[in-house]
Order: sequence, then C-alpha cells, then structure tokens
Amino acid sequence: MKKVFSRPESLRDAATHYCPGCGHGIAHRLICEVIDELGIREKAIAVCPVGCAVVAYDYWNFDCCEAAHGRALAVATGIKRTQPDKFVFTYQGDGDLAAIGTAETIHAANRGENLSVAFINNAVYGMTGGQMAPTTLLGQKTATTPRGRNPAGEGYPLKICELLATLPAVASLERVALDSPGGVIKTKRALKAAFINQLEGKGFSLVEILSPCPVCWNKPAGEAWRWVREEMAKTFPLGKFK
Amino acid sequence: MSKKILMTGNEAIGEAAVRAGCDFYAGYPITPQNELTAYMAKRMPEENRVFVQAESELAAISMVMGASASGRRAMTSSSSPGISLKQEGISYLAGAQLPCLIVNIMRGGPGLGNIVPAQSDYFQATRGGGHGDYHCIVLAPCSVQEAHNLVFSGFALSDKYRAPAIILGDGMLGQMMEPLVVHSKKKNLSTKPWALTGCKGRRPNIVKSFYMQEGGLEEFNKALQKKYARIKEKEQRFEGIHLDDSEIILVAYGTQARIARVVVEALRKKGKKAGLLRPVTLWPFPADAFEELLKKKRKKVRFFVTEMSYGQMLEDVRLAVNGRAAVDFYGRAGGGIPTEEEILRRILQ
Ligand SMILES: Cc1ncc(C[n+]2csc(CCOP(=O)(O)OP(=O)(O)O)c2C)c(N)n1
Ligand code: SF4
Repeated sequence: MKKVFSRPESLRDAATHYCPGCGHGIAHRLICEVIDELGIREKAIAVCPVGCAVVAYDYWNFDCCEAAHGRALAVATGIKRTQPDKFVFTYQGDGDLAAIGTAETIHAANRGENLSVAFINNAVYGMTGGQMAPTTLLGQKTATTPRGRNPAGEGYPLKICELLATLPAVASLERVALDSPGGVIKTKRALKAAFINQLEGKGFSLVEILSPCPVCWNKPAGEAWRWVREEMAKTFPLGKFK
Repeated sequence: MSKKILMTGNEAIGEAAVRAGCDFYAGYPITPQNELTAYMAKRMPEENRVFVQAESELAAISMVMGASASGRRAMTSSSSPGISLKQEGISYLAGAQLPCLIVNIMRGGPGLGNIVPAQSDYFQATRGGGHGDYHCIVLAPCSVQEAHNLVFSGFALSDKYRAPAIILGDGMLGQMMEPLVVHSKKKNLSTKPWALTGCKGRRPNIVKSFYMQEGGLEEFNKALQKKYARIKEKEQRFEGIHLDDSEIILVAYGTQARIARVVVEALRKKGKKAGLLRPVTLWPFPADAFEELLKKKRKKVRFFVTEMSYGQMLEDVRLAVNGRAAVDFYGRAGGGIPTEEEILRRILQ
C-alpha cells in the first residue's frame, strides 16, 4: 500500500498545547512540510519569541532559539550573519512583531537581512489572555478594549505588509489567511516562496498569516475561521505586496 | 621586548576582541565608547568578521545572543544608559547560559547624566542588572594594557562557564592613551556542542530560558547557583600592594585604583603602613582576600574604600569584612573624581 499522508520529519510526534481551532498548529505543520520538501531540516534554525508559540521547539524537529518578546529578528540577524549558509526563520505573533518589536522588524527588513518571517496575525495578544494587539480590528472587543477598539486613543490596525512595502531591501511580502482549506494551501505556497527566497539569497521575506484565535475571540472554531475571511481580510486585504 | 604601541582604552579593547577571536560585534553609538564601535566597524570586516550597527541597544544585545547561540564569540559595547537597555538581553543570555562579552565604559548618571567618567553602575553590573537570580562575570581593568588583557580573560571565562562577562571601565579609561603590548591572536577556540548550527548528524539543539513544567525552573535555578558558587570559589582576582604589613588598606578598582595607589605611596612616605587591595573581578568579588587579611592580622587593620560613586562597592567590602574591622569611605560621582588630597585628608583626620 502506498503512503500518501504522514507527519513531516520536521514535526515532532507531540500533542501541542494550543487551544482547539488555533491557527498556530496549522502554521507549524505547513512550515515543517515546506522544510521537508526543500530538504533543509538539517540546516534550519528557527527563532521563536515570547508568545503562544514560544515553545514551538517542543514541536519542531530542528534547531530552535528562544528570543525575548519582540527581539526575534535581532536574534535571527545574529544567527544568520554568523552562519549565512544556514536557513534561519522567525515565527512571530502580532504583538511581538508589530508592537514591542516594531523597531527590530523595520530595521531587519530595511537592512535586507536574508531571513524568512512567518508573521502570525491573530488580532490579539493570545498568550496573555486576549488583549488588544496593534492589529486588533476597529470595534473589536478585547480584554483591554472592552468597549471595542476606538481609533481615538487606540489607533488603527497596523498593516505590516503595506508598511514594509516601502522599503527597498525587502524581497517579498505576502498576506494569506488560514480561513479555509484553500487558504491553507495558499499559505503553504507563500511560505515556500519566502523560504526559497532566502535559499537563493534574495533577502528579507515576510508572510503575514491571518490566523484564528477562537479562545480570545470568544468564538467557536468554525465561526473563527469565518471571521478571518469575512472581517479580518477586510481590514487586511490578502495578496502579494512585493 | 615586544613592541609597544599607543592606543586608547577603547581601541585596545577592540583590538583585543579581534585577536581573541570575536566573530560578531553589534553596537549603538554612545559616548564615551564611540571609538570602540568605530574601531570594530573598521577592523571586523578586515578580518572577515561581522559588524552591525544595531537600531538600539535592545537589538544589539539580542543580535549578540543570536551570534552566541551560533557558537561564536560575540561582543557588544555601550555606556551606562545603553547598558540599562541591554539588561533585557543580558538576563536572557544568562538564562540561556550563553557566553558573550559586554563592555560598559561608564558615564555619570542617573538618567541621561552626562559623559563624565563614573563608577556608578557597579550595582547594576555585579547584582545581575536585569530580572532573575543571575550574575555576570565582571572584570575591572585599571589601565589600557589591562583592558586589553581582560578582554581575553572575559571571553575565556564566559565560554568556560557559559555566562555573560562584563568589562566595567569608565570614560577615563576608554579615552586615555597608554603604551600597549598587543597579544597574539587566539587560535583553536573550544567547540560548543550546544550551539545552534543545524541538526545535521545530531539531535536538534534548543537554546531557551523558559521552563514551563512545574519545578523545572527551580531545578534550573539550583543548577545556575551551583555554577555561580564554582565561579566564586575559583575565579576571584585582585591585585595587592603592601598587603603584608599594612594597617590601613585602601580598596578601589579601575581608574580610581590608580589614584588610590598614589595615596598609598604618599602615606608610606609619611611612615604610615598603607596598602592597596584592588579587585580585578568585581563579581565574583574577591572576598577571600579580605578573609585572608582578617585572619592573618593580629593587629588592627582598617579599610578605606574610595570610588567614583557614592558607595557601591563599599557594600561588598562591608559584607566581606562583616564588622571585623572599620570600613571608611570617600566617593564622588557625576563628574567629581576623588582626588589624592581629598582622600589623604580623610584618612589622616
Ligand atoms: C517584555 C515583555 N513584556 C510583556 C510580556 C508578556 N507577553 C507575553 S506574550 C505577549 C503577547 C503575545 O502576543 P503575540 O505576539 O501577538 O503572540 P500570540 O500569543 O498572540 O501568538 C505578552 C505581552 C513579556 N513576556 N515580555
Ligand atoms: S490563545 Fe489563541 S493563539 Fe494562543 S493557543 Fe489559544 S487559540 Fe492559539
């Protein structure tokens, strides 16, 4: 009998701690599939900063480095600059990449660091219990916007792809969504393209993945997927930005 | 005899780092250590090593963390306000048991303070500085030559114990020129099997400081404390002058120890039995040297601490002496440097 589906070698045989319906588990697996397909597991080094996915090293079967909240791209810069022959990527949440680590994000992108970034935009701070993230939608209720995000004083959702698109050293930027089986396939394709960019020495590539956080959104998993498609994607249009 | 060249402390530190096999440097401009960053910008690419001007000190120390996790000798430098920003990264480096060298060419504080030489970051350097129960190995040079030498020791100790090491200097030491004999280049650095180099031919390595499972963090902390106890036992360093017969012992480190040395000679000329105990390692503090002295001395001995601060190392001296002898102090900070005359007057009064 021919085996048509199995766990990627890059993915450990472990139950994750993620909530039911969470996008992290899917994104993890897609990354592992791509790493396997490109045959780069043995030279892969991931950087996982603080956030729900800080323990991705428990699930990934390759070298991993923890980073302080927001500092993933600085840590990755240190790794990649000293080991340019390795494959180095960061896996960051929106609080991490777009709030506390905004400076690291913009400057790593602006230096054109030859890195790949998986940017998980779930419109909240997951790990700390669903507070407002820079990407929280207008009107969205979170633990720290109990009346819904109000642009007066709380600002507007920060659009990272659009922001980084102005930087000449950035190789590629794409926004995808884990909102459907089709979205999952597109996400994998975008990750693969970004990883190949690095292998070809093209420079900074980022994939923004709109990802469900059913628990903090207070929605059942199916509805959360729909909300990604129908609400998040309105504020964060999908597509290639560079 | 080896050839002597003239160099500033900042440059002597930079050249030492290159010769000690530093592969990666990241920094952010701040006076009075700018010459060091500029020196690395020039020298590192010449040697095919990496220099990065980071977007902030937060980023610089995290870049160092990445380079160190890669198994490379990595270094950053800054001055007081910048070192405050680095504390996040230093805590993570200590927690992940990663080696690196951090140079602090201290200036006056608190806040922005100004660029005058100071020794006001002693607490920050020796107590940990960031969050958590940790220590860095802290080395305090008092001359350009010693600054050069201690860079080699700093890297070596840091690698040996997998703990960040700090060179604690001040603006005076960073910017003054003195004759220097440079060391030859280090070869064959130790291999680091824990480094993140891709898992080819081995199981994946993980660099982390997070312990989620119950009791895990306490176990880790116990192991860290054991390591610190080993460092305390084995790595205390100091310089002693006239310690055998002295009754008044000055205690000072770094630039201030040079002034204290002049005071000791002046006291000797006056017929006073004076000596100098100059800690070279600030952490581990050379407490055993005090123990020795207090055990040996039948007669009364007293200590006089002088610092370019309002009494930070003073606390470690008092802890070491533990009430068994008088400990007096004179210090100034914020641009004031305790002078020979001021110290003499206080000792003789
Ligand atoms: C310096 C610092 N500030 C705050 C925190 C607390 N904290 C942990 S995770 C997190 C937010 C994570 O949100 P995000 O990056 O969006 O990732 P997610 O958990 O949603 O996947 C915060 C604020 C921290 N660990 N360190
Ligand atoms: S809190 Fe949200 S992001 Fe975190 S594991 Fe749960 S669903 Fe996933």
